Amino acid sequence: MKSKSAFYIVILILVLTGLGLGWLRHVNLDIPLVPGRTRPVWHIEARIDFVAEGEPVKVNLDLPGSPPGFAQVSQQAASTGYGFSIVDTSTGRRAEWTRREAHGDQTLYYKVQMTPEPDAGRESRVKPPPEPKTVFWDPLQATAAHQLEEQAWEKSSTPISFARELSKQLTASEPDQNASLLLSQYPLPELLMRLLNHAGIAARVSMGLELQDARRYQSLKPILEVFDQERWVPVDPQTGTHGLPENLLLWHRSGKSLLDVNGGTNSEIHFSMIRQTLPAMDLARLQFHDGGLSRLSLYSLPIEEQSVFKLLLLLPVGALIITFMRIVIGIRTSGTFMPVLIALSFLQTHLVQGIAAFVIIVTLGLMLRGYLSRLNLLMVARISTLIVLVIFLTSMISVIGYELGVNLGLTITFFPMIIIAWTIERMSILWEEEGSREVLIQGLGSLSVAVLAYLCMRMPIVRHLTFNFPEVHLILLAGILTMGQYTGYKLTELKRFGVMRNNG
Amino acid sequence: MWIFPLPLRRLGFLGMNRRNVAYISRYNSRGRYPLVDDKLKTKLQAEKFHLATPRLRGVIRYQYEIETFAGMVENLSGFAVKPSKGSGGKGILVIKERSGDLFVKSSGRSIDIHVVKRHLSNILAGLYSLAGTPDVAIIEDLIQPSEMFEKLSYEGVPDIRVIIFRGYPVMAMLRLSTRASDGKANLHKGAAGVGLDIATGRCLHAVQYSKRIFRHPDTGIDLNTIAIPDWKNLLELAARSYEITRLGYIGADLVVDKNAGPMLLELNARPGLSIQVANGAGLLPRLKKIEALDPDFSPRAKQRVEFAMKEF
Repeated sequence: MKSKSAFYIVILILVLTGLGLGWLRHVNLDIPLVPGRTRPVWHIEARIDFVAEGEPVKVNLDLPGSPPGFAQVSQQAASTGYGFSIVDTSTGRRAEWTRREAHGDQTLYYKVQMTPEPDAGRESRVKPPPEPKTVFWDPLQATAAHQLEEQAWEKSSTPISFARELSKQLTASEPDQNASLLLSQYPLPELLMRLLNHAGIAARVSMGLELQDARRYQSLKPILEVFDQERWVPVDPQTGTHGLPENLLLWHRSGKSLLDVNGGTNSEIHFSMIRQTLPAMDLARLQFHDGGLSRLSLYSLPIEEQSVFKLLLLLPVGALIITFMRIVIGIRTSGTFMPVLIALSFLQTHLVQGIAAFVIIVTLGLMLRGYLSRLNLLMVARISTLIVLVIFLTSMISVIGYELGVNLGLTITFFPMIIIAWTIERMSILWEEEGSREVLIQGLGSLSVAVLAYLCMRMPIVRHLTFNFPEVHLILLAGILTMGQYTGYKLTELKRFGVMRNNG
Repeated sequence: MWIFPLPLRRLGFLGMNRRNVAYISRYNSRGRYPLVDDKLKTKLQAEKFHLATPRLRGVIRYQYEIETFAGMVENLSGFAVKPSKGSGGKGILVIKERSGDLFVKSSGRSIDIHVVKRHLSNILAGLYSLAGTPDVAIIEDLIQPSEMFEKLSYEGVPDIRVIIFRGYPVMAMLRLSTRASDGKANLHKGAAGVGLDIATGRCLHAVQYSKRIFRHPDTGIDLNTIAIPDWKNLLELAARSYEITRLGYIGADLVVDKNAGPMLLELNARPGLSIQVANGAGLLPRLKKIEALDPDFSPRAKQRVEFAMKEF
């Protein structure tokens, strides 16, 4: 009994490892659990225009890095004649173009692909909490600011609600004179930022890009970020609502400036964007980073090997089905794993053609074998003869099929010839010894198991899971091992011993 | 007709999966399989332990030795040619007598020496062997069935299958070939299976094609009158096959010869389950009773048979 519980622990470990690894892969690498799922991808292009003055040029653009609500899929820079690099600085990620000498109008492109990802870029706590900036006002402004702050302070309880109250006052249809005074001197987002910092709450103005399909010449839109409970919370300066609006990509957050151009004038930056839907699988593959689980996947292999594995990794599914059909159901097949191999070849032909080809070859083979048995050959020679004949038959069927314009002929070559030769040999012996009935039973048994295995292996979800989540095979293994310990009756035994019903 | 698993379980029926996992793989050590899979080895081993078996007349190991076959059987009127590693009675050629140059099979058909030689060639090539591996052919004496048996069977010699578990005979059946089974003693081919009482060797219950019968379908003999002569000696012979193989779960096939009495024909490390249907009883309760015995207690075959005759 002790060994039995150890066995079940192993099974449990296999299943849990399979599920756990699969889940990790799903979460970390974004591999979808079901095939055919699509996800939106934003292609965003930043275009920088400036006039070069014939001096060394250095252009420096702040990049979004990993903005909240989005995951970066890939990025490219296109700008002929410029050196390009991406620099990680303490204040964020920046793109840098450099050139020894440039004249006239210059255009630089930076492209990035982003996919909405609700959980991505959720910031960890900012530590240490940023200090509110010191704000300088002239005396008149200071009084107005002070009064505005006091009114808002009364009606609020948290930094966020304080910001909301402030924005309400400033955007009212008839702002009071304090608000009007300040608004005449500062743009709204900056004013809010100043007021908040003045009141001792850290706030900053970030630049966000509103994502709308097929827009060109867009510019960044300022958005207020208020520091609350150890995190930066975006607040819309116009409405005072907090939280990140959908389709807003925070491009420029902290740090110095959005764009620095040395050696050029009249610099401008514009954004254009389109929305695309990509299969989630392709997206996941684009996003792969090195190391970790992605090392343990098959994508690192050359494409040709990958397609071999795609087929190979289906075999365990077939083996599981065979195990089930033979141990639990009790179907008799000719040759234990012959049905799986037949099912694999059905995958490459089509089901109807495959079955037709298989039945034709085996029937013709049996007829020829009937003649061979009269020749009194040694067994090895007989099977070798059979192999030659099977190959001969397939090529004949191919030629005839091709001439008749039936596709059946060409697909026939996928059959495992030697396995078929053996099947014919076994069935022929079976015929002589047990009669045609047994041949039919086993033949139909093999064929139906093959069809079942084929139908399973053809399911998109099965193909998807076996290839993209190789750890699924641990679960299959656990299933096979468990069935190996099955000591109950086979389904067919219930019929076989059915006569005992009256004795019971 | 189907039966639900629970009532089948209540009858103590052993299923194939359970047989394989709980009995065959637990009690039969793989290394000793060749001894029973190879009839020649079984025979030699049985002779070493003085167990009665049909007399060995010759062995053909290589294709070129087939030419010596005629000389080998020159003085025998009847004999049996068997593949040493055959299973399920496949490839056994029984020659009842000779008429001139021809050999008369048990079915009455006559064949010439070329057919026999081709048969030998097939055996050597491994056509009938378990894994298709090359085999040897053995030629042994024909069994002379006692009168009672001769009457019973349609063709061929009836044999007795005894399941031996850890040396104890637990269940037995008599297999009678019928017209439907073409002289073969395999139940699934239509032979009649007669369950035998371990205590007395008398008929308990009989089936053909899994249906209960009371008379032999061809000879019409009332099966209830069957009583195996020399029953205790036969069981003892079967039980001793445990000593020669040390395999815990085997099926011993025996025959009763008119002159020599019970003889061991062959052993099977994977005995079938139909014996339960023939007996109308399941194996499990009996196997459990034996399993409950202290494994260190290893009585002689005679005591084991007495124990079984008392208990089952």
